[in-house]
Amino acid sequence: MATDPVFGRGETLISPISPSFRRQRGNWGLTPWLRANLFSSRLSAVTTLFIVYLLWQALPPLIDWAFLDAVWTAPDSKACRAASGKGACWAFVAEKHRFILFGTYPFEQHWRPALATVLLIALWALSALRACWKWWLALVWAGGLAVIGVLMWGGVFGLGYVENERWGGLILTLILTTFGLAFAFPLAVLLALARRSGMPVLRGLAVGFIELVRGVPLISLLFMASVMLPLFLPSGVAIDKLLRAQIALILFAAAYLAEAVRGGLQAIPPGQYEAADALGLSYWRKTLLIVLPQALRIAIPPLVNSFISFFKDTSLVLIIGLFDLLSTIKVALTEPAWSGFGVEAYLFAAIVYFLFCHAMSRYSQNLERELAKAEAGRRR
Amino acid sequence: MIQMRKVNKWFGRFHALKDLDLVVGRGEKYVVCGPSGSGKSTMIRLINQLETHQSGQVIVDGVELDNDLRKIDAVRREVGMVFQSFNLFPHLTVLENLTLGPIWVQSMPAPEAKELAMQLLERVRIPEQAAKHPGQLSGGQQQRVAIARALCMRPKLMLFDEPTSALDPEMIKEVLDVMVELAAEGMTMIVVTHEMGFARTVADRVVFMDQGEIVESAPPGDFFSSPQTARARLFLSQILGH
Repeated sequence: MATDPVFGRGETLISPISPSFRRQRGNWGLTPWLRANLFSSRLSAVTTLFIVYLLWQALPPLIDWAFLDAVWTAPDSKACRAASGKGACWAFVAEKHRFILFGTYPFEQHWRPALATVLLIALWALSALRACWKWWLALVWAGGLAVIGVLMWGGVFGLGYVENERWGGLILTLILTTFGLAFAFPLAVLLALARRSGMPVLRGLAVGFIELVRGVPLISLLFMASVMLPLFLPSGVAIDKLLRAQIALILFAAAYLAEAVRGGLQAIPPGQYEAADALGLSYWRKTLLIVLPQALRIAIPPLVNSFISFFKDTSLVLIIGLFDLLSTIKVALTEPAWSGFGVEAYLFAAIVYFLFCHAMSRYSQNLERELAKAEAGRRR
Repeated sequence: MIQMRKVNKWFGRFHALKDLDLVVGRGEKYVVCGPSGSGKSTMIRLINQLETHQSGQVIVDGVELDNDLRKIDAVRREVGMVFQSFNLFPHLTVLENLTLGPIWVQSMPAPEAKELAMQLLERVRIPEQAAKHPGQLSGGQQQRVAIARALCMRPKLMLFDEPTSALDPEMIKEVLDVMVELAAEGMTMIVVTHEMGFARTVADRVVFMDQGEIVESAPPGDFFSSPQTARARLFLSQILGH
């Protein structure tokens, strides 16, 4: 076509009504699609029919349970008990949603953690937009976190003081994750750089820390932070439980993230270091201008993987008596009137966790695509 | 400009450079050749200390290189280097590749650095590529950007480590042309290359290395017409023999 412009133009003009175009269009229909994708061979046809049979068996009862026979609202659990086994008891979630989302925070003050939650989610959403990757984003975060602190603690502007022992629910999960990642990520970059440094002492410390923290379960780290740490502190110095858990989470996340960052660092060809050295760039300039921009981009998939598992790992703070989203559900279930509706409660938790994790995952895919596009043709 | 005296270098137990002596004066052009593994690259990488030597003296522009990082930084600011595999920074545009050194090492104001970079891109004849990323350029264009990047630091000495070995044949000339021009302007140059045509026209001296030693060092006319050693004769017959 390119060699013959006249013929090329003619072809384009008549193609929408040409027979070949109509034939092609026929191929996009439902029947050819089914034949190509679901019934391409005997084995594939049998598999398709089998899966359809399974769905036929499983889906209608599930829909009955979750929607048609479900109890949506009820003043107490009697209606739920009557429907037990046939329909889901969403009334439990409806009844307990305030406690599940806000924990033991004073009931009449629930608007404060609610607003803080919305604010925190808005901050994350804002940071996801590449147009907002400017210096002022740091100021927005600082201001936003200050407002969240005021909302949660209170004690000023006529807001009653609420000690952080009473914080709970979704906002606690979000706070633990936000501060966990905000501190763990820079620490992880430093650890990864130290692990690859030429200085044996520094390298040894980094390797020791990473191996030690990765080698023990998060639960034991949290126990140590909550039970043993206070023993080592000088008398009179007390760090509250939330902060101790936060520190344990930061250290844990840093060890995992450091390995993800190291993977990215290892993928940088030695020639990049040599070229930077030959220009006379100092170590930190070389690292910040040449190495990290490339290494972190390569490390996006494993980093997001760690972010997502960290978000879910924060639920382990329940074992040291902090009431995050999952713990408040557990506590809500202990009320005798409502015990036995665990499936519905945990399904609700799963949906909330999934929404956040899926958002992270979709965003990272999007980011990878955008960065690749910004550098289109980096490798032709 | 460069003095090397009795320089020795080991990689583990492998003796890479053996009692190397080399003196290069200001404005001189040296071409270094020899079979692979003969220590050519190691030798020129000593000059800006991408490799370190274990014994002997390396003096560049009056500064003797030891473990003192300040001296190494001082020398790297005076010495430009061009690599076989270009080593451009893929996440930066061509222009950013050029201005990085002047801005961050020499603290040059950004507009001035940009102006200098554009001048140098004119000189290597690719100003229209300034906004592209290195991956969008051909090998020959990338290597010319790499030369411009090194020149942006206004070096007193340029090192070339097999600058045309990774290029497709039709792109070799565009890079060599730039290097010939640079030589004509009086730049001190040390070039590791097997481009013997380039050596004949540009070099003041050809240095032939084998097994970590300088076997012969002579003006190109003498070296090509009457090599003194059997090793050099063998090498020349191998690379010129077809």
